[in-house]
Amino acid sequence: MSITQILFWFLSVVALFSALMVITSKNPVYSVLWLIATFFAISGHYILLNAQFLAIVNIIVYAGAIMVLFLFVIMLMNLNKETEPQKNRWQKMAGAVAGGCLLLVLVAALKDSDIKQQQALVNGGSIGLIKNLGKELFTTYVIPFEISSVLFLSAMVGAVVIGKKE
Amino acid sequence: MPINYYIFLSVALFCIGIVGVLTRRNAIIIFMCIELMLNAVNLLLVAFSKMHYKTALLAGDAATTAGTDGQLFVFFIMVVAAAEVSVGLAIIVMMYRNIHSVDVNFLNRLKH
Repeated sequence: MSITQILFWFLSVVALFSALMVITSKNPVYSVLWLIATFFAISGHYILLNAQFLAIVNIIVYAGAIMVLFLFVIMLMNLNKETEPQKNRWQKMAGAVAGGCLLLVLVAALKDSDIKQQQALVNGGSIGLIKNLGKELFTTYVIPFEISSVLFLSAMVGAVVIGKKE
Repeated sequence: MPINYYIFLSVALFCIGIVGVLTRRNAIIIFMCIELMLNAVNLLLVAFSKMHYKTALLAGDAATTAGTDGQLFVFFIMVVAAAEVSVGLAIIVMMYRNIHSVDVNFLNRLKH
């Protein structure tokens, strides 16, 4: 078993375990912290796939900006274990069964697909580096890139308008 | 790495996100589970992009850039997710200010 495989299994276990902790933690603050752990594990997967730009962006944007926003809102609302609303046991069980059935169906459908022989190139390849991605982003995808700046502006204006008091 | 492993890992993460959306009542946790599902899709896109790159390499093209599109889609998904989070959290804050709760069961009629 090579070091790459060991890292893959380790990161997968960390990602799945912390994702499970996100949905089972009673306290919302712990949920946010476990979600940050999940994002770090996914960033580890990106590094393993040599998608270095996305790994860094994932840490800066998701674990850095978005999760701090979540944590800030949760602390602003003073949510804790006592005030956390809970569904009753049957609704929880029904949700878990529904999600489990979806997992079962997807795994059964994908188990014998033709794509099984394909390999993802780990630990090599230069398409995930900034040089290649930047060249493509500012030539082929320059119009979506500029439109996304308008999207950000409208999101910013929208957040300010919604959050304004009356 | 066989692409199968990445598919099953992403499917498992996505289903955990769905179970979270279905079983929790706190609007912020539901929102976080949606982020989890987006990340599962992102991971699968990157894995597929590297799969196409390897296929192009094996076809003999040493300077290929096949699969760049997949990684740029991930970048744009992150952009949209950031915009979505800012507006969504503003809506949740406004809702908390009006009904003093983030319980989605109070919002079943979308008015108060």
